[in-house]
Amino acid sequence: MRQDVAEKLARLGPDEQVLLRPLVDTSRSFYVMAAVLAGVTLWGLVAYVLQVRYGLGRTGLNRPEYWGIYIISFVFFIGISHAGTLISAILRVSKAEWRRSITRSAELITVLVIGFGAIQPIVDLGRPDRVLNVLFHAQLRSPLLWDVISIGLYFCSCTIYLYLPLLPDLAIIRDSGIKAPRLYRFLAAGYHGTPVQRWRLERAIGILSIVVIPIAVSVHTVIGWIFAMTLRPMWHSTIFGPYFVVGAIYSGIAAILVAMTILRRVYHLEGYFKDVHFDYLGRLLLVFSLIWFYFTFAEYLTAFYGGEPGEMRTFWAKLSGPFAIPFWLMVLGCFVIPLALMSRQATRTPRGTMIAGIAVVIGMWLERYNIVVPTSVNPRWELEAIGHYFPSWVELSIMAGTFSGFILLYMLATKVVPIVSIWEIKEGREAVHEVAARVARYSGAIE
Amino acid sequence: MTRWGMVIDLDRCTGCAACEVACKSENNIATVTPEAAEGGRAMSWMTVMTHVEGAFPNTTMQFFPRPCMHCDNPPCIRVCPVSATYIDAEGIVGQIYPRCIGCRYCANACPYTVKYFNWYPPEWPASELLYLNPDVSVRPKGVIEKCTFCHHRLQRAREQARVEQRELREEDYQPACADVCPTRAIVFGDLDNPTHEVAELKENARAMRIMEDLGTQPKVYYLRRRS
Repeated sequence: MRQDVAEKLARLGPDEQVLLRPLVDTSRSFYVMAAVLAGVTLWGLVAYVLQVRYGLGRTGLNRPEYWGIYIISFVFFIGISHAGTLISAILRVSKAEWRRSITRSAELITVLVIGFGAIQPIVDLGRPDRVLNVLFHAQLRSPLLWDVISIGLYFCSCTIYLYLPLLPDLAIIRDSGIKAPRLYRFLAAGYHGTPVQRWRLERAIGILSIVVIPIAVSVHTVIGWIFAMTLRPMWHSTIFGPYFVVGAIYSGIAAILVAMTILRRVYHLEGYFKDVHFDYLGRLLLVFSLIWFYFTFAEYLTAFYGGEPGEMRTFWAKLSGPFAIPFWLMVLGCFVIPLALMSRQATRTPRGTMIAGIAVVIGMWLERYNIVVPTSVNPRWELEAIGHYFPSWVELSIMAGTFSGFILLYMLATKVVPIVSIWEIKEGREAVHEVAARVARYSGAIE
Repeated sequence: MTRWGMVIDLDRCTGCAACEVACKSENNIATVTPEAAEGGRAMSWMTVMTHVEGAFPNTTMQFFPRPCMHCDNPPCIRVCPVSATYIDAEGIVGQIYPRCIGCRYCANACPYTVKYFNWYPPEWPASELLYLNPDVSVRPKGVIEKCTFCHHRLQRAREQARVEQRELREEDYQPACADVCPTRAIVFGDLDNPTHEVAELKENARAMRIMEDLGTQPKVYYLRRRS
């Protein structure tokens, strides 16, 4: 850190000193990590160039296994993006005070991951050069087009929803002069925290936090409908819309927990991401593991009880056939591990929630695999040969590139904006009396 | 109203696969290497599927020629985000190759798995290149293709009939598979025209359609085997 920057930083308040430090102080390991991630991302890019040049033949896809890793990653990433909406919007609307330190990191995941999710179907296209045909020749009966609309809307609203609560923090950085004065003068957009500006800002955030909830629900519902609207066994299910939404929120909470444990460690945010946050989010994760199990059980029981031959081929392929390993690993990751760890106070620690979070993230990726692939390789017509699917190195490289690209951008973002909302933390401190009064109002003394 | 359709008599089918070969050369269907075919990349708009009944040695082999069913209510056209797959006024389900974005949603939506994807740029053995059909466009890599009931033959037959100032006759328009079938197992014509053979055959007691319960209303009928 340069001497003058250090002096400027020292002049700021205690919250700013901790939370703005990552913006001006970068460790060597950060550069090493960023270089490795950039390398992997570049590798994925090379793989994609090869795929565009030689055709989708470079993947492991075939007939009837038309959709593979890219569509799985698409559903997975858009699912993760529900982290920001749930944590931030729902907790904001319900005035949960403990949300203050975690909203920013969650919203940032949302915005970055939607981008990486939304490119997946384009990577999957045989003719990416014609992608604009979805606008020129839009066919509104196609669930894919509903998706284009829904994700487009979601991306826009989430970006605004990330940016607005950033304004006061950007103004703090601008006023402190610790970094790129011109850039932050532009980004802060003339915000000076006047009462009118503050009132407008809070009102806009209030409205947006309500608006993004139905949009977020619609996004994953429609993704579920992409599958459910076909007549394929174990896709054609009315439960898919809500099932996908639940899975999305579930994986989103898990992703936040993983991100929080890492951020807390590398940026020394123990004072902001406290044990109580992990405890509360851990409880939320527990609730969602139960809801997830309920939905999965309902889905499989209905298919099994009906016993249609077409459905049963896919059903048994998952439970005891060629997909038994990914299926039972999914049950382990999405249900057994989080349930075991999150139902005990002793393991709802940062370490415990991190393990559960990683298990859920992997489990939810496998869940999407178990939805996409077994149905694809088991065509409805029994005379049709059963398919097979081994992802090629091109697909795996692109997937690795996507993951590392997301992590890289997230890392870089922590160098541009404070990962914990400074003004909201301060506001929370000032609002203690207000909150106490509010609580007293509904649980106060009997008059 | 004309509704082009097909009746395939499973009793007459010998499994010779002449329909498959005729279709391939008529429609410029790209050839793939044996390894690619093994990996599920083979393209064949008409496929003779086989089904073995009973246990050895008391087995019977059943053949099942499968073109596109040209559904009256096709699941594939609903899901296409760019209207690249469509059904025309006479019931032929077609694909607009220059518009298709290659998302393969239609291929997933089709219960009959009759949509084929161009995983690679199309290739033909040098000996075949001279014999590509000039009436049928070749498909670039990255798009879906499918059986069209040889609708280029319909266009040609229409023009011929117009030149000769007469009505289109049943025998004027026959797709390559029906044309070449040595046992006349494949019969093609207008399902709504009582003078056409298919209109009568589809009322046969043996007539059935595949997965009728899905409500797709295929225009390819099969006549069940008697034994």
